[in-house]
Amino acid sequence: MTDIQQGGDTATTMTEDAQGQPALEVSDLHVEFRTRDGVATVLNGVSYHVDPGETLAVLGESGSGKSVTAQTVMGILDSPPGFVTGGEVRYQGENLLTATESRRVAVRGEEVAMIFQDSLSALNPVFTVGFQIEEQFRIRRGMSRKDARKRAVELLDLVKIPNPQSRVTQYPHEFSGGMRQRAMIAMSLALDPEVLIADEPTTALDVTVQAQIMDLLGELQRERNMALILITHDLGVVADVADRIAVMYAGRIVESGDVYSLYRNPAHPYTLALLESIPRLDVRGQELNTIKGLPPNLMRIPEGCPFNPRCTRAEDRCRTEMPELHQLGEGRASRCHFASELINNG
Amino acid sequence: MGRYILRRLLQLIPVFFGTTLLIYVLVWLVPGDPFAGKCGDRACPPAYIEQMTHKYNLDQNIFVQYFLYLGKLFQGDFGQTYSGVDISTLIGQAYPITVRLAIIALIFEGVIGLAAGIITGLGRKRFVDNLVMISTLVLISLPVFVTGFIIQVVFGMDLGWMSVTVSSDAPWGELIAPGFVLASLSMAYVARLTRTSIKENKRADYVRTAIAKGQPQKRVIGIHLLRNSAIPVMTFLGQDLGALMGGAIVTEGVFNIKGIGGLVKQGIETKESMQVVGLVTILVLVFLVMNLIVDLLYAVLDPRIRYD
Repeated sequence: MTDIQQGGDTATTMTEDAQGQPALEVSDLHVEFRTRDGVATVLNGVSYHVDPGETLAVLGESGSGKSVTAQTVMGILDSPPGFVTGGEVRYQGENLLTATESRRVAVRGEEVAMIFQDSLSALNPVFTVGFQIEEQFRIRRGMSRKDARKRAVELLDLVKIPNPQSRVTQYPHEFSGGMRQRAMIAMSLALDPEVLIADEPTTALDVTVQAQIMDLLGELQRERNMALILITHDLGVVADVADRIAVMYAGRIVESGDVYSLYRNPAHPYTLALLESIPRLDVRGQELNTIKGLPPNLMRIPEGCPFNPRCTRAEDRCRTEMPELHQLGEGRASRCHFASELINNG
Repeated sequence: MGRYILRRLLQLIPVFFGTTLLIYVLVWLVPGDPFAGKCGDRACPPAYIEQMTHKYNLDQNIFVQYFLYLGKLFQGDFGQTYSGVDISTLIGQAYPITVRLAIIALIFEGVIGLAAGIITGLGRKRFVDNLVMISTLVLISLPVFVTGFIIQVVFGMDLGWMSVTVSSDAPWGELIAPGFVLASLSMAYVARLTRTSIKENKRADYVRTAIAKGQPQKRVIGIHLLRNSAIPVMTFLGQDLGALMGGAIVTEGVFNIKGIGGLVKQGIETKESMQVVGLVTILVLVFLVMNLIVDLLYAVLDPRIRYD
């Protein structure tokens, strides 16, 4: 993908550059929501990156800030109430937060694309699926209607929608949930983005369809060597497709690492609790583990470690002192005072 | 779609018979002698009464009268007034005026109402928003005859820009002020409806998707947002056109316009029963057809509506 765009003599040097550089990097991102009731600090210094061809899963409960991070990356944060108060979003080294509005529009869809959770409300109900895909080619690429239609049919075929020729003229409500999410994926791939952000792409679907959509996403990601950011709260989904995981809690990344070692040996009590709350088929008659308590109110995040009121091994220190992000080697990092103990005992 | 239209047209038949029967019976059974005062100060001569009674089948049972009336109606004969004027002639003279007035009113609603709604729906200027919200509230609160009188006094008498009443052939130019008065209420509703609809849709997921796709802002608003916001507004305008085609008794009265509304009012006042029945029959038909058109328009605007 990169090679085609760069081409010519500079191809080798540029590729080398691109290899050393993440496709997308979020660093120290701060976002607050200014509401009538007060200011909620939704993101408190989120940092993550995703390399070309890599799948990063961003994991967390509702309200942990995973979608807000994605919206900030895309520049579609509702403002007001949302305001970016610090940090950077770099696409191939370019800070998007300081880019001009026209540059930001140009990046959307072309460089960084996004698919949403609820495909029924995310697609425009009064236009055909074809129209909404063709629009990308006609408006962004100046293609004729006829050529755009051809490309739309190809894309629907690519995402394995049967009878794409007739499906292209149908409206979103005439599609089933799974088909609609496929169409949404087709639409996001129209302009060959380098980075695809999928915000809970399977949450609204039933389980068998979920697996199909995840397989499709993984397949397309490998074929196109895209960077994929998969936002989810479903640990099962993550295990199959992700290369690396970033776990979010109260607007921060609390643990990150490659999927295998993180699952086998979590270095943060929150990650451990999340893994223990997965229902298991092989252990019958046992009550499901849950994490006690609720995520913190973002207007009054507890002092010290934000997870301390719910943490089973919290000590006095956790109630006063915010843990740093401890680097644990091999790309692992954890924001817990006891990170090294946890990882060694595991 | 074809089947749906056919079914709707078939439904018109019972509605037509029901409403016309109701209006016929009501109008002729109103107490009072229709021939009282028809012959000046004297009582009418028995020969006249007898002739008129026969002409309007008043000696028959009311339902027989109704069917005799319908029989003529289906031959295109609306009957005559007591003084012998063809009611179809009266309607033929009045209807073009009512249509002109309705078109002018609809243009006011569509242009000013929509523009005000779009500006306040999209914009963030507090002042403009307050201005539109307050002025529409004033228009909604004022009865039409008050708005009419104010327009007459200010523009007709104080400024002298227009004549206070409309001449009998009611040319387009003279109907502008009455058209505005007639439109005022619906115009205010259109402005508010458009504003609300846009504000609701502005935060819709599909608008966010269109932005995330990198569609230019003009297109996000002009195509994705406004197309969806137009659905309730267009439906309202369609229904309102149906109401406008039925004439405007108050507005036509205030400006002395010889339209359908004026004819209905005059017919009721002078007990011209035949005139009232004929006019109401026409109005019922127009209204039913307009309603059908609005329902079909709704399906065109919103593909989620299907008539199968």
